[in-house]
Amino acid sequence: MSERRELTFRRTEGGVLEVHFSGAWTLSEGLPDAEPVTAALAASPPPSSLRLEGRGIERWDSALVSVVSQLADAARKRSVPVDLGALPSGVGRLVQLAAAVPERDSRKSSAPEGFLARLGRGALAVYDDAAAFVPFVGEAVVSFASLARGRARMRRSDLFVEIQDCGVSALGIVSLISLLVGLILAFVGAVQLQQFGAAIYVADLVGIAMTREMGAMMTGIIMAGRTGAAFAAQIGNMKVTEEIDALQTFGISPMEYLVLPRMLALFVMMPLLTLYADFVGMFGGGLVGVGMLGITPEQYVNHTMKAVSMTNFAIGILKGSVFGILVAVSGCLRGMQCGRDSAAVGRATTSAVVTSIVLIILTDAIFTVVCNVLGV
Amino acid sequence: MPKDPPAPEREVHIEVRDLDMGYGDFVVMRKLGFQIRRGDVFIIMGGSGSGKSTLFRNMTGLVEPLRGDVLYGGESFTRAEPERREAMLRKMGILYQQGALWSSLTLAENVALPLQQYTRLAAHEIAEIVELKLSLVGLGGFGDFMPGEISGGMRKRAGLARAIALDPEILFFDEPSAGLDPISSKLLDDLIVELSQSLGATVVVVTHELASLFAIGTNGVFLDAETRTMIATGSPRDMLEHSDQKNVRAFLTRGGSGNPTGVGQ
Repeated sequence: MSERRELTFRRTEGGVLEVHFSGAWTLSEGLPDAEPVTAALAASPPPSSLRLEGRGIERWDSALVSVVSQLADAARKRSVPVDLGALPSGVGRLVQLAAAVPERDSRKSSAPEGFLARLGRGALAVYDDAAAFVPFVGEAVVSFASLARGRARMRRSDLFVEIQDCGVSALGIVSLISLLVGLILAFVGAVQLQQFGAAIYVADLVGIAMTREMGAMMTGIIMAGRTGAAFAAQIGNMKVTEEIDALQTFGISPMEYLVLPRMLALFVMMPLLTLYADFVGMFGGGLVGVGMLGITPEQYVNHTMKAVSMTNFAIGILKGSVFGILVAVSGCLRGMQCGRDSAAVGRATTSAVVTSIVLIILTDAIFTVVCNVLGV
Repeated sequence: MPKDPPAPEREVHIEVRDLDMGYGDFVVMRKLGFQIRRGDVFIIMGGSGSGKSTLFRNMTGLVEPLRGDVLYGGESFTRAEPERREAMLRKMGILYQQGALWSSLTLAENVALPLQQYTRLAAHEIAEIVELKLSLVGLGGFGDFMPGEISGGMRKRAGLARAIALDPEILFFDEPSAGLDPISSKLLDDLIVELSQSLGATVVVVTHELASLFAIGTNGVFLDAETRTMIATGSPRDMLEHSDQKNVRAFLTRGGSGNPTGVGQ
């Protein structure tokens, strides 16, 4: 006996459409096309009834059920009575089960949107996103104010834990990245400056670039990836487990209890980390200067001290504080906006990192323009 | 167990008035109105997706109603100023579905936080109360454990200890038996009844667990997902015996397949 699956149909004189199934009806053989049969059902005059006949079936699984219920559906739509009696008994029951609750038309509209519609939706999403910052920042300011009046409910131990977490624990990665950035700056500068016999100016280049720009920016980006993401994930997860709800119903403002210590911690630690990164970066530059360009350590240090003014340091540190706030706000905001499932936590984390990096670069550009205009 | 004779004179403790609830444009339930008397064990029942938890979230201010009002002791909660609301929330204890213990705090710190928040007790006094509350739920000596280190059932009991930390007048339970085996869930039910009676608290329970709602419920409301409103009020046993609503009967008898809980006859 053949294992082959067969689907044949014919119309009897009485107008009954008979469909014969035989062979192995399993998913591993794939699903057959039921189109010819439904076409026959649609023919006019419509068949008086549909009879499904399955005595030749050897094995079956969902493949058969799927085809049969398609046919039964099609027949029902044309009010043709269906006779499932001659099918294996399980099939009949499964088909009835599938048809028991009428399919609701609750599917999300699947019609693809046009380009303009998507563009508009995207623009609105960006706007909503930006608009969400305003009330959040407002609330943050209010809770800072109540902290200043000594009314905020923030556990001091939480603050120290956060400070440790985004300060001391970040030293390793900040050291590594700043050292490498200093090395890279020095290498790039050295190649050009050596052509003019001005290799000593590598010290100026690295010193100014690190203190004014790279120290703050690299630290900001590291903190966005490290700490901002952690904030969003922690707070988002607390949202999923209803811990935030529990805080609210105990009258404890999540803003004061969760967001405030995190923002404070980053605000305090970012300038320090930036300063640290500045020095490590300059040290990296010094390694290249001394090791490759034959400058003595004294020369290098002297030159750096002459080139780098306090203003450069101040600008870098100011930027660092601002970046710290940006990272903390984006991380906490995305966490608080997080939905109620674990996929949402992932989205919140991604979005926190992207938001803070975009904001950091944007703010840095604004800083540069302003400094240029002010001539500092 | 709830065998005491009905006392209709008891004052109305919680009232839900003409409440519509939903999220944005999506209305989950409309025209909800019922009263909960002091000392009731009030069951919010209904099928999955009927908005039981949403009703609980509306009643505790986690979600704002689209329309209508929730009153506690005759005073509007929905329209109250934030300070007033906080004072009203102080009298409520809530046990969340997964316990919702603050994961960065130990069990003792979890129970202590509301006490630190609302009372002026000294640290050693708080520690004593915390130990008492933890022993009440059978977790004496577990104070130094982190929520991640204990089982789901223990987390729920710890959540209950936190909920009763401030001796609340109203206790909310969101699906207390979700995720518990039948025995733990029975023990938790007993604990709920025991604690609420000794605290004299009004209890609001969101559940679809038949065994538990027949065992503890003295009053209740049935939310129907099809009509998007409530279709029955009263004690679960009354509903089972007298309700002429098809959906209520089907729900309380597991789709009409006899009476699996063996109660109500």
